[in-house]
Amino acid sequence: MAQTQPTVVLIATRKGAFFLHEKEQRTSWQLSEPLFLGHMVHHMVQDPRDPSRLLLAARTGHLGPTVFRSKDFGRQWFEARKPPAFPKAADGESGRVVDHVFWLTPGHADEPGVWYAGTSPQGLFRSEDHGESWESVAGFDTHPLKAAWVGNTQDGTPDGPKLHSVLVDPRDARHLYLGMSSGGVHESLDRGATWRPLIGGLQVVEPMDATNIAFHDPHCVRLCPTHPDRLYQQNHCGIYRLDRPGETWVRIGNNMPREEGDAGFPMVVHPRDADTCFVFPMDGTDVWPRTSPGGKPAVYRTRDAGASWTRLDRGLPQAQAWMTVKRQAMAADSRDPLGLYFGTTNGELWNSRDEGDTWQCAWRNLQHVYAVETAVTPS
Amino acid sequence: MRVHIPTALRSYTGRQSEVEANGTTLGAVLDDLDRQFPGLRFRIIDEQDNVRTHIKLFVNGEQVRDLGIGIAAGEVAIVMALSGGVATSR
Repeated sequence: MAQTQPTVVLIATRKGAFFLHEKEQRTSWQLSEPLFLGHMVHHMVQDPRDPSRLLLAARTGHLGPTVFRSKDFGRQWFEARKPPAFPKAADGESGRVVDHVFWLTPGHADEPGVWYAGTSPQGLFRSEDHGESWESVAGFDTHPLKAAWVGNTQDGTPDGPKLHSVLVDPRDARHLYLGMSSGGVHESLDRGATWRPLIGGLQVVEPMDATNIAFHDPHCVRLCPTHPDRLYQQNHCGIYRLDRPGETWVRIGNNMPREEGDAGFPMVVHPRDADTCFVFPMDGTDVWPRTSPGGKPAVYRTRDAGASWTRLDRGLPQAQAWMTVKRQAMAADSRDPLGLYFGTTNGELWNSRDEGDTWQCAWRNLQHVYAVETAVTPS
Repeated sequence: MRVHIPTALRSYTGRQSEVEANGTTLGAVLDDLDRQFPGLRFRIIDEQDNVRTHIKLFVNGEQVRDLGIGIAAGEVAIVMALSGGVATSR
């Protein structure tokens, strides 16, 4: 069902977070005062089961990582009593340390209060009390093959290896997916007690061995709400679709224009149409600039599950615009027509109110945007 | 034991720049700080009980990283290192 309330864009940046409130049917916007000014906010997410609740992942350049919670849509914030942290190592052994909480996912609709968090380095945590306290998901973090999956620190991204894209099957709270950069895509059928890789068909950087899970780098994995057996993925090495119970990803990025390529960070699925999704290509040639190819930013949309793609750049700069959009920095609302949003590392927030056909810059002069999500004001 | 609190942690101490905490070791002083101001310790000491990279702790003017060091009297200072900026890309 399409959203009828105004959209609030939740913007997480390197220097704090912001609410961007819709005005006049998404043609103008009002920015809040900064939240947690100076904090590195990696993600801010609304709880769809209780829209007055928000969770926010933060650290600073000096201070360690934590999670803040709000029960009144951001008026007051309280820190988690027990933030995500790896178990203490035995004496004489070195233990892992959470550098930052990177990803937040609300649990299943039937499990109010449950949240998942993905961290850097790769760790999976679960809260059963609305984010107040977090426990390591032992079935994942102590999995005997985890070390082989995540490789060593050099296998991570420049800002540290990450666990991201924690997905909960809306039909079954026990059915989870996650992605790791690096470390591949994994699936659990028992609420995280056991896991197995799901990397069939995915390519890795040549000449590396695609059977080595540590070489797999899914940038962003999404599940279609209206068709939960369908997953899309923007990978370091292309754009893919997987239809379960299939086990082999199909590289739908091969249908992108050759000059554009199919590298990128974010991927967004249409909340009402499993054949429609969106990507924001980046330059993955040479030294991997990770900027808009040719300095000409565009969103690409497919309406046929990746068989064909349409370039959408009306309203976007037509030249000399070297945008980077990170994996969490693109989102959709659920209005009709669909609204789309992306934030750039140079502090711009762009929006479309016609499913990507045309774009406007909603706000400039923010900070390096880490994540963009959408929310609605609680009634 | 008097403990100097840097600006970045004063949200925990009600904006106080100096507080009192008890303990015979540095770790015990930090534990007492955390009892008084929940959450403060984890922001400066990681889950493996190491001082975080960009935090410095001084006991009576001497920098220490061993939480087991004994403290008879004096003061503790928690300092944000000048190296605290973090470069990021992903």
